[in-house]
Amino acid sequence: MKRLIRAGVVLAGLALAAALILALVQLPAAVVHLPALVATNLAQSGVEHPVTAVLLNFRGYDTLLEVAVLLLALLTLLALSGGEAPAPVGAADPLLQGLARKALPLIVLSAGYLLWAGAHRPGGAFQAGAVLAAGAVLLQLAGLLPAWAAPRLLLRLGLTLGFFVFLAVAAALLVGGALLRYPPASAGGLIFLIEAGLTLSLGLILAGLFLFVTGRRA
Amino acid sequence: MSAGLLYALAGVLLFVLGAAGAMLLAHLLRKVLAFNVMGSGAFLVLVGLAQREGLADPVPQAMVLTGIVVAVAATALALGLMRALHARTGRTHLTEEVRHD
Repeated sequence: MKRLIRAGVVLAGLALAAALILALVQLPAAVVHLPALVATNLAQSGVEHPVTAVLLNFRGYDTLLEVAVLLLALLTLLALSGGEAPAPVGAADPLLQGLARKALPLIVLSAGYLLWAGAHRPGGAFQAGAVLAAGAVLLQLAGLLPAWAAPRLLLRLGLTLGFFVFLAVAAALLVGGALLRYPPASAGGLIFLIEAGLTLSLGLILAGLFLFVTGRRA
Repeated sequence: MSAGLLYALAGVLLFVLGAAGAMLLAHLLRKVLAFNVMGSGAFLVLVGLAQREGLADPVPQAMVLTGIVVAVAATALALGLMRALHARTGRTHLTEEVRHD
């Protein structure tokens, strides 16, 4: 019986793949030409890189909710862990500790560069946050990160800072009539403010996602 | 056939592979990994299909960037739930699934 179900799933999968491939090959060209629309409005977006413009200006609402989803996932993990800290690593390796101490300033510098570069070339808050998170994980593995042993007020504030900055900017812009419709003159500054907050919070959230999953009792 | 379309077709294969894996594999860790393969396939379709005429489209790229970050969060949450289940019951499978092998 199990063998029969297995064969059925494989056959259904092959049929699905064939149908999807057929659909993709026959797909007509898009009616709306999005790259041209983005290029036309790029000058008013406050940034020069189209992906950053889409992420934080044209579709800023998506990004706001995405950060909320991240925060929600982390809060759920914190609740699951019952307030228990990530497992302390065993005897710390002095070589790893030395390397982590040397690498950390470079990691922070890279994150800062990525954040700044996002305005006009590939980069931005998410990439910078991921680099910061890698730094935090490195510190934890080297046994140099005691703050995670007890997530207190400061860490919790850091986790939520990016979301609240984003939300505050979005709410403040409601005065102008629409959520996240930046006035073109100050768009660049507002986007950088949001991205700076997001970088810090995303770094902490992504590191937290890793550190609390690998916690003692989960 | 453009390179973009080729990426999209590879994405379809990854998606179907992941979907079959999510249904056939009993171990929860394998299910989570299969869902990730599925998600990667969907991202590849989105990005590949948008640039099948050769020009990169920033809108799907931004959406896939959003999707990747959400997928990371969802994976971490799934792993956390899996560990919680394992810690409380010792199981790595869902209840209704009976192991035959």
